[in-house]
Amino acid sequence: MSVSPLKRLLWVLAFVAPLAAATDPGIEVLHRERSLYRNIFVYEEEGLRCMSFSRTTTARQSCVSLAEPGKLVFNYARMMMAALYLNPAPQRILILGLGGGTLPTAFQRLFPSAAIDAVEIDSAVVRVARKFFAFEPGPDTRVFEEDGRVFVKRMQRKSAKYDLIVLDAFDHEYIPEHMLTREFLLEVKSLLADRGVLAANTFSVSKLYDHESATYYSVFGDFFGLKQNNRVILWRSGGLLAKSDIVRNADLLETKLAPFGVDKTWLLPQIEVEHGWPPATRLLTDQFSPSNLLNGPH
Amino acid sequence: MPPARQLLTYLIAGWSGYYVMAIELLSGRILAPNFGNSIYVWGGIITVFMVALSVGYLVGGQLSVFAPTQGKLAALLLAAAAATLPIVIVGEPVLDWIFNRVHDPRYASLLASSTLFFVPTAVSGMVSPYAVRLLATNLRATGRSAGLLFFVSTFGSAAGTILTSFYMVLWFEINQIFIGMIVISALIGLATLGFRDVRVAA
Repeated sequence: MSVSPLKRLLWVLAFVAPLAAATDPGIEVLHRERSLYRNIFVYEEEGLRCMSFSRTTTARQSCVSLAEPGKLVFNYARMMMAALYLNPAPQRILILGLGGGTLPTAFQRLFPSAAIDAVEIDSAVVRVARKFFAFEPGPDTRVFEEDGRVFVKRMQRKSAKYDLIVLDAFDHEYIPEHMLTREFLLEVKSLLADRGVLAANTFSVSKLYDHESATYYSVFGDFFGLKQNNRVILWRSGGLLAKSDIVRNADLLETKLAPFGVDKTWLLPQIEVEHGWPPATRLLTDQFSPSNLLNGPH
Repeated sequence: MPPARQLLTYLIAGWSGYYVMAIELLSGRILAPNFGNSIYVWGGIITVFMVALSVGYLVGGQLSVFAPTQGKLAALLLAAAAATLPIVIVGEPVLDWIFNRVHDPRYASLLASSTLFFVPTAVSGMVSPYAVRLLATNLRATGRSAGLLFFVSTFGSAAGTILTSFYMVLWFEINQIFIGMIVISALIGLATLGFRDVRVAA
């Protein structure tokens, strides 16, 4: 059977185009893989080793510095660490969305006796994190290859509790819509122990921002919003801490967090209770969750 | 059969095509809170819809042998609408019930989609072969009628897919979309029943 020009074009678009960007000079591609859910690229560029799910290197999921592997490269990852200012010694940690395993690796180093559950839908991502990003689950770390929402629901049935829940399952290109609804956040909230903290990596632009803010507010009430390119939402069960307590915890943790590149003078001013979305913003629910459409250009 | 009545048969088939695909798309949304968005959840959904449609084609073809009327075709549309109601009314408790008992997410989502979506989809599947029988008045034109009917019903499916995924989910809640579609089915079905029924020539 001969291959039609159209088919040939599709083939080129599907297979070759994604690789074209990654073969720019200065970029060394270490691994590429088509998993059940996405294309995974691992490459090195300017002293960083990164995982990316799309052809553009601007949509990086996870990066480690080759010179300083312990350091958190992304702003958002450092912002997530501000969760520790609200609860400085979490012993039970849940991480939804693995990426390169940067956050679980950091928590393992920070809290060697903590029990960590990491959930990732894509087994290929887990494999790549182990092979290329030195993600090595310790004896108290469990990795679950399944849908985050299903995991949370299952844990809710078991009445499990966590001192820290990290929600990092989204990227700019695709949002699992069932993990950005009021019902899901209520389930997550029910897993938080007393004084447990939620840290969520979310969006800071697009129409989705207002809907997401209103939805978080409807579940949690006031929350801290830290904003750079991403927005990190922080919330603590039993009431947000006063600024003085946050500063005290930041002082206590300063030397502990320094190796990760986490700097309190950069983080502390960002920790503010967030307001400022239109009051009548429609909530995202299991019945209404067009997050990807709302996140698109309008 | 007068042209207006023929048009109604095509309308029913086209709407039924729309209906099936809109439900299939939304079924992923309905299952996601309990069973996630993994590839096997979609695998389960598509399997159930395909099996339900194939059973529907078989039964619909059989039914069309016995004194076919347009009224009975309308009754199929109404039955499919009625069979969709439980999704709206008891969908959530049924999914929770399955979630608590079946722990393998593959079989759980297969069971869940069978329980909620098999009957309305199978009944919807009966519409096309039944409609073919109503339209087939002479042997020579049978293929042409069937072709036109498949065109209309599959085009309806395409419309149901794109309108639901591009626009309806942006404007309405899932249950509102379901209720709206059930109402449209009821209106078409009851309007058809309002016509005096004519037996189709054997």
